[in-house]
Parts: sequence; C-alpha cells; structure tokens
Amino acid sequence: MNSSPTRLALLVATRKGAWLFRGDGQRNDRTVDGPHFLGHNISHMQLDPRDGRTLLAAAKTGHLGPTVFRSTDLGATWKEARQPPAFDKPSNSLPARAVDHTFWLTPGHASERDTWYAGTSPQGLFRSEDGGVSWTPLPSVNDDPQFREWMGSAQDGTPDGPKLHSITLDPRDPAHLLFGMSGGGVHESRDAGRSWTTLIDGMEVVEGFDAATVTFHDPHCVRICPSNPDRLYQQNHCGIYRLDRPGTTWQRIGRSMPAEVGDVGFPMVVHPHDADIAWVFPMDGTDVWPRTSPAGRPAVYMTRDGGHTWQRRDHGLPQQQGWWTIKRQAMTVDAGPEPALYLGTTSGELWIGHDGGSRWTNIARHLPEIYAIEVAELK
Amino acid sequence: MKVLVPSALRSYTGASHVDAAGDTLLGLFADLDQRYPGLRFRVVDEQQRLRPNMRIFVNGLGVRDLSHLLQPGDFVAIVLALSGG
Repeated sequence: MNSSPTRLALLVATRKGAWLFRGDGQRNDRTVDGPHFLGHNISHMQLDPRDGRTLLAAAKTGHLGPTVFRSTDLGATWKEARQPPAFDKPSNSLPARAVDHTFWLTPGHASERDTWYAGTSPQGLFRSEDGGVSWTPLPSVNDDPQFREWMGSAQDGTPDGPKLHSITLDPRDPAHLLFGMSGGGVHESRDAGRSWTTLIDGMEVVEGFDAATVTFHDPHCVRICPSNPDRLYQQNHCGIYRLDRPGTTWQRIGRSMPAEVGDVGFPMVVHPHDADIAWVFPMDGTDVWPRTSPAGRPAVYMTRDGGHTWQRRDHGLPQQQGWWTIKRQAMTVDAGPEPALYLGTTSGELWIGHDGGSRWTNIARHLPEIYAIEVAELK
Repeated sequence: MKVLVPSALRSYTGASHVDAAGDTLLGLFADLDQRYPGLRFRVVDEQQRLRPNMRIFVNGLGVRDLSHLLQPGDFVAIVLALSGG
C-alpha cells in the first residue's frame, strides 16, 4: 500500500476559478476548498515549496485585465499583487505589447527565497524577488529584437494566445534557466537570464517548413528530471523528445509510440526519483487537430527506459467515448516513493493514477475546464 | 465627479458609485488606482490603452480615447462590453 507522511493538496486551476483538494498522507480523505475567484480564468496556481504556505494564482476574467493573487495562509485569504506582470514601454522600435494573461508560474531556486518567475501571453518572461508582490520584465527576452521575431505577434499564435511556458530551474544552479515558447523554441540561460542560447537541435517542425527557423518550433511542455537534472524531456507539437546534457541535440523518443496513437500531446511528466521514467498523454493531432483523446480512448503512456519503449496505462479510465484531453499543465505527479499521477481534464474531471498510472480513480467531476493542476506538499 | 463601477470591479471599490477626480480619463484612472489599488490595471493596460471588451461612457457618450478631457461635473461609467449575449 502506498503511503506518504506528507500532507498533499491538489491545486486545481480552471476556466472558472480555483479549487484546493486537501488530502492526508495516504492520498485519500480529501476535503474540497473552493471555488476561489469564481468566474476568473485561473491559468496556474502554485505553492512556494520553500515555505509551504504561500500560494500564487494567475488570474483574469473575460473582460478584466490580468493579475496575480497571493495568499500567505494556504488560501484562507488572498491579496492582489501590487505590480502584476506587465511589459515595459516599447523600445528598439518594437511594437508595444500588453500582457493578456499570466500563463505559467514557477517558484525560484531553493536558495533564492521569495524569487518567482512568470511566463505570459503574449510571450514574456518576468521575475519577482518579493514573493510575487511585484514583477519586473526580463528585457533580455521581452525587448530583444531577435526574440521578438521568433515570438511573432498575437496574430501568429494559437487561438487563445501564444504562450511562454515551462520555466525550469536547474536544482544545482540558480543561474541555469530554461523556458519554452509556443511557438518560438526552447531557450537556455546560464547567467540568471541575462543572456540566452537556443536549444532546438533535433526538434522537428511541421512538414514543409525549415527546422533551422526558430519561430517554427513549438515545444508544448519541457521538464527537467529532479533525480538527474542533466536529463530533459519534452512534449512538442511534433513529437516527444529527450535531451541528455551536455549534449545539445534532442532525440525523438516518440517514434516508438504506437502508430495509431502517435506522439502528439501537451503535458510531459517526469518521475521524481527515476530519470528513466516519464509519462505523456497523447492527443489526436490529425486532420484539423481535434485535440481529443485518440479514438475517444484516453490513456497515459509510460516509459521506463528513457523513451525506448512505451506502455499504455488506462485501467479505470473510460474505455470508449471519452473525448476529453489534458492541457499542458494539467498532468502532474507527487513525490511519494511509489508516486501517483494526477490528471485534470478539459471536461472538468480530476483523476488519480495510483502506482504511476496503473490504476485510475476519479476524484472529482463537474468542475469547469481544468487548465492546470499541481501537487503541493503542505508543511 | 461620480463614477459608475461595474459589478466585476466592486471587489475593489465596495460600491457601485464612487467619487474620483482627474482632468482626463487617464488622470481619473490614476486617481481611482490611488483610492482602490489594482483597479486601473484591470481596465487600462500597461501601454495606457483601454483593454478590449471594456467600454467607458462620459455623460452617456462612448469614449475610447483615454486622453479625453473631463469636467468636474461629468458622470463616467465603466462598463463591461456586452459581447456575445
């Protein structure tokens, strides 16, 4: 039987508000806390692992502009950021931009208390050094003519806006950062964001386009392995990839997925203790891109050997007529010795996959469309 | 001058009608933000533009130019655009 001494909370961000499912260390007996911010689009909610109490939630509504809410008491009370992510005045003769919504939140390095990073739509990178109260733009990305060319305009992005996402920190080095842009490639800094190098070698692009052109690259989700930070996994618009540093060329490991399922999807999840284990949630990327489970049969696929082989994990999930899918922030894993997976669906269902996705059980139904879930370890 | 605040912004003001001052709409929103921190950014973006789907009426007439001049007795209504039903 799985057990964990740590109390866990699922942080659920949806199109219509946020919920906290607080559980015990056995992953059951959850209490539901919500909705918070009913009617707000909550793109992401994250707990600060450095204090175990501070929550940040990225919010906007259909009409009102974006903001970030902050709680220092695990959601009992909330206060709005004094200065949410916002672009600077235009420079370098570049067009002025306004943040439509903050899409991604990443707590800073363990050694940098109160530092956070945020990614926005349209694509921008922001940092807070006061726990999310105020945010400053990183000009090395936001106002750099080359980056802006790669980003394109909102007109060049997906229907709900181009995203900067997957802001990733190397647990060994607070100055080593990565992020992805949909579209616009993967980028890496080793000097805390002052300068960047592009990391797209080996990544494929849509047929007929030149893979040397950064703007054509569409990483959907990039993850670093906590147990081996030299290993990265990526779910891309064009396949599943692995990169082992110091190498710089991504290997397309999705080629070994079943042909009828393919290797298109949005989320990418890595095992907390074993860098050979990772999970994806394939999506129908054929024809007009239905963005549903392939054939209406939702399933997680798991690799135990770094992507050489994949196994289907769908026991307990709908076996037919299940047309939902999972957004890139809506699949995650806890850090237990035998970790459980968690899914939040576009149809508002929350699922737990015990034993690494071997047995799926429903936790909640009838929530709004789920944008993101995170597992928080409460202190 | 009197300002009508939509329900979506009353978590800031606590009231549907508030008093504020300004020579222009931008000035008015600066004053509103002093009184109700955070309100302006939900309506006016960082490039000093009215956000999409927000509307401003001054004495009943729609205005999008935030440099629009105001008089002390004007009545300003902040409205969520009625879009899509």
